[in-house]
Amino acid sequence: MMRITDHPILEDLEKRPVTITFNGMDYQAYEGESIAAALLANHIRVLRYSEKNREPRGIYCGIGHCYECRVTVDGKRSVRACITNVQDQMHIESQDRDDS
Amino acid sequence: MKYDLIVIGAGPAGMSGAIKAASYGAKVAIIDENPSVGGKLLGQLHKEPKSGWWHGRKIAREMETNLRQTEVTCFQGKEVWAIYPRWKVLMNNGEELQSEYVLIASGATEKAIPVPGWTLPGAMAVGAAQTLTNYHRVKPGNKVAVIGVDPLSLSVAHQLKLAGVHVVGIFLPPNNEFSKDKSTPSQMISYLSSMAHAAPNIFLKFAGNMAKYPFVQQVGAKFYPWFGIRIWGTPLYLRKTVLEISGAEQVEHIKVAPVSQEGIPNEDRVKTVDVDCVCISGGLYPLTELAGAVGCESVYIEELGGHIPLHSPEMETTQPGIFVAGNITGIESAKVAMEQGNLAGTAVAAKLGLVSYKLIEEAQKNVTQARDNAVITFQQNIGKGREKSQQYWKEYYSKGGEAICRQLMLS
Repeated sequence: MMRITDHPILEDLEKRPVTITFNGMDYQAYEGESIAAALLANHIRVLRYSEKNREPRGIYCGIGHCYECRVTVDGKRSVRACITNVQDQMHIESQDRDDS
Repeated sequence: MKYDLIVIGAGPAGMSGAIKAASYGAKVAIIDENPSVGGKLLGQLHKEPKSGWWHGRKIAREMETNLRQTEVTCFQGKEVWAIYPRWKVLMNNGEELQSEYVLIASGATEKAIPVPGWTLPGAMAVGAAQTLTNYHRVKPGNKVAVIGVDPLSLSVAHQLKLAGVHVVGIFLPPNNEFSKDKSTPSQMISYLSSMAHAAPNIFLKFAGNMAKYPFVQQVGAKFYPWFGIRIWGTPLYLRKTVLEISGAEQVEHIKVAPVSQEGIPNEDRVKTVDVDCVCISGGLYPLTELAGAVGCESVYIEELGGHIPLHSPEMETTQPGIFVAGNITGIESAKVAMEQGNLAGTAVAAKLGLVSYKLIEEAQKNVTQARDNAVITFQQNIGKGREKSQQYWKEYYSKGGEAICRQLMLS
């Protein structure tokens, strides 16, 4: 379980579930969370592959600075998963997979 | 669209500046590339000695309400792509805002310490782990190693523990030209001792107390146990380094080696530890690109964390009308950033003729007070850094720098 519940200090968040797809699969996410957080909560760390050597890449800086987490969202390339919130029915794809 | 003030960056400094100026009657816009306002405030969580838990997300929400109440126009999820004289702010959607006054509060970013294998998914900056844990409430990993010993990494290690994450240890970074002193046990112990005068969590407090005694400082590195010292169940390894991060598609292991007092690893005693996440912490530096692009003069001040835009005691840069506040002026806590924002907001309101210049002095006192009472100090000798900054400004000003700038602007 990647989601943090029963935090000793922080009260639980009010969460409204939405559905997103990543590489063709449906996942549950919550409104107001970033794409990177939602995918990680679903045990997904590999967000894309590097252009040259096809090495896996995931979230690094978390503030939109390093661009390591870029994904294709609803057909738009290189959207930063760390500073873009999920939306219901959002289609996310990882970039530069060999089969993509 | 014309405004009295355009604020860039909706973290603690930018929001404070916007709210302050707007509360005096200025028409203010604030721009931030994130979907929510708050900046790094959103992930902060520590205990204040007098007021209890500092819950960044909650404070950001309160400030968001204040932004609304003072009728500040918020451009969220928008990037600033250019600032033209004097001054037009161009956003990535093509929209252009105009104002005589711009407050750049772009904050800071993390210094990277490269570690072999650090591009694997699961290796991340310690600040990313902080936001995931405290803001999104998602564990960055189930078994986490922290690399780098500094106030931020120790705070985040504590926050990970609070959230129920297993932290396998806090390690020194590998010795390379990016880590420098941060990979040397003896340097780290004396550094920790200088940072812990008012530590807000058990990790920082412990590290500071351990190093407070001269005896420990001198021989600490030599006698610091190889197996680390456990703080609340998490080992702090000041004699161990991470040589490599490995895994097929994502982080699966780290290779750990003991190091000499001087930071040289013993390659014969390498151990493999299973982890699924590695948080790397190399410290913070001011994010000044935008100020640089506008032509603001900058200076390098080690004590403040790097290059900063030269600025007056009222927070105005060498470009008339361009103000700065928060971590772009040096790495300090959110409370200091807020007071700097208040100061910049007050100074702009005074220039606009909305309030008396006398209020600036009071705002300056509040900055100093916040600095003196700071619970977390990120830099050694911050006061000295601030003195240097003021000295550089005086020198620049006495050489007619401002006049030179104005001439350049007109030509």
